Amino acid sequence: MLRSLDQLDVPTPVTAPGTLLQLLPPDGERVPHPDLDPWIADIDGAALAALYDDLSVIRRLDVEATALQRQGELGLWPPLLGQEAAQVGSARALRGDDFVFTSYRENGVAYCRGVSVAQLLPVWRGTALSGWNPYDVGMATPAVIIGAQTLHATGYALGCEIDGVDSVAVAYFGDGATSQGDVSEAMVYAASFHAPVVFFCQNNHWAISEPVALQTTRPIAARAPAFGIPSMRVDGNDVLAVMAATRIALDRARRGGGPTFIEAVTYRMGPHTTSDDPGRYVDPVERAEWAAKDPIDRLERHLDALGLLTDELRRSVRTSSDAAAAELRRACLALPEPAALTVFDNVYAEPHAGLDRQRREYSAYLDMFDGSAS
Amino acid sequence: MTELTLAKAINLGLRRSLEGDDRVVLIGEDIGKLGGVFRVTDGLQADFGARRVIDAPLAESAIIGTAVGLAFRGFRPVCEIQFDGFIYPGFDQIVAQVAKLHYRTAGAVRMPITIRVPFGGGIGAVEHHSESPEAYFTHTSGLRVVSCSNPQDAYAMVRQAIACDDPVLFFEPKRRYWATGDVDEDADAPALGSARIVQPGGDVTLVAYGPLVTTAHDAALAALDDGVSVEVIDLRSLSPVDFDCVEASVRKTGRLVVAHEAQHFGGLGAELASAITERCFFHLEAPPVRVTGFDTPYPAAKLERHFLPDLDRILDAVDRVMGRENSLSRAGASA
Repeated sequence: MLRSLDQLDVPTPVTAPGTLLQLLPPDGERVPHPDLDPWIADIDGAALAALYDDLSVIRRLDVEATALQRQGELGLWPPLLGQEAAQVGSARALRGDDFVFTSYRENGVAYCRGVSVAQLLPVWRGTALSGWNPYDVGMATPAVIIGAQTLHATGYALGCEIDGVDSVAVAYFGDGATSQGDVSEAMVYAASFHAPVVFFCQNNHWAISEPVALQTTRPIAARAPAFGIPSMRVDGNDVLAVMAATRIALDRARRGGGPTFIEAVTYRMGPHTTSDDPGRYVDPVERAEWAAKDPIDRLERHLDALGLLTDELRRSVRTSSDAAAAELRRACLALPEPAALTVFDNVYAEPHAGLDRQRREYSAYLDMFDGSAS
Repeated sequence: MTELTLAKAINLGLRRSLEGDDRVVLIGEDIGKLGGVFRVTDGLQADFGARRVIDAPLAESAIIGTAVGLAFRGFRPVCEIQFDGFIYPGFDQIVAQVAKLHYRTAGAVRMPITIRVPFGGGIGAVEHHSESPEAYFTHTSGLRVVSCSNPQDAYAMVRQAIACDDPVLFFEPKRRYWATGDVDEDADAPALGSARIVQPGGDVTLVAYGPLVTTAHDAALAALDDGVSVEVIDLRSLSPVDFDCVEASVRKTGRLVVAHEAQHFGGLGAELASAITERCFFHLEAPPVRVTGFDTPYPAAKLERHFLPDLDRILDAVDRVMGRENSLSRAGASA
């Protein structure tokens, strides 16, 4: 599996020591970057409008889901407010045959992968442990154990390599996860096996209440090169820079260049989950600074500067956002209660004498109460 | 029919599985050129290549987690954990991912992963090389747990484990790796979840698995000299347990002794004793008795002969259930 990278025609990850890769600063004034620009040369006005629609719909869904939790319709919700560009910019760079392994905040990634809004909710309403079939959308059920999925992505990528296909596995995880042993182990394995995997770290500055400075005293992206994995540190609120960096990493993996690490620097503008109280630990001044770097605001400014932020675009984005939110609410309330005996389903793929006996016994118990064992 | 050591029988089973299904891949530490520290994978990398017999960097969580990703892509990974006491860094991936993914995804994602673990003591090893961690895994829903005791079963069961669409913890009795026996590749193998009656008997049911099956069999032969007929059952599958087999035996004998190397409290013996008591209490002539390792960490090698159940401790338990003079009755305690 070892080969000389010098002999491969693979793109070189772009680094910018001490600063962030950026194409769209908060003022929306597009800045050129000779190494990144070619990777988004195809992003024309229509593509920008589509990204604007994605970002807006995802934010609207996120706000609606938070409202559903506040109204008692969801048990929990992990808002992604502020991280829309990091998720959309990366996920929209993927191909259908790529496979992503995420944590639980990647609802924007799920949306881009084709997960329906109805499928976003069963986990949070407690009607199922997975909202979708991973093979339908090329996205695993989000992992709740922090960092565990980075190994799954690495194994999947190793499988792509063995199969001789140019599909890529992408691991999404947060800054907190980088302290987990699994993430370091994943980087060791990915480097050793030269696996076509992209490690996409959303540094949103918080692991519940713990600031990123507690996880690392160096930029997270600086860690990967010591594993033999080149890394890029990108403005995570800049949808264009995120997309360019992700495309570089994906192309590199497809051409046999092995793993790449991307740190998308963003900010979790909401709580960890709806159960959290960031008022106890977030500095309001810091949060206000990040509010000024909002990913959607800057894309609006950019569209405006290009003369593309028309009333028609605003109206269409508002319509699609409201429709998505209404569908989310409708789908939430329509989720069926799982039947009692389905608690026993799919523990095993093949018959299991012990569990089959428990099912029979519980079924007999339920039969004492009319019609409950449906 | 070929005479093979238990280690060679597993090797043959792995070879046949690799030949029969190109989605089978092996991953573990030192399993390539070295052939594993017990040589169980000897020669397989040379014959099947480094893409199918993969030397893993030294990280057990990653061995398992990588196998999860491979299974997502439709492979049938066979992981080797080098020693029983090394499995704990991989515990989270086993119990939180391998065991749960099929359930989590409502059956969409299968985890046909076999995790091979040399286990048990009796080889004079240093710490972490002699443990019996099977109960951690039998307590985890979504896993199947088996242990072989002889070359024929070792060959057949490893093939069945790999062919199974569920994850299987495959515990190999390391002190029996060099025991020899006939292996018939064409023999009909009993179902993976079934127990086997090693020796029929009428007075006492003696259940063992893995390394203690041979010891239990020897104890039964010794007991016969004393006029006690012991039925020895090789449990083979620790999850699910073939309770029907054990129950049928106890209904006949009225007495149950369970032997395992693992610690006493919360072990398989506790589960067998309680389940059999629930199922056929009124057929019991005596309380079930467990012969196990002590509730201590695995001791230094010079002490392991005290920790491990041996023939005499098993016979002492047989005497207890038979109401004969035994260590506890001599001590004046109630048996």
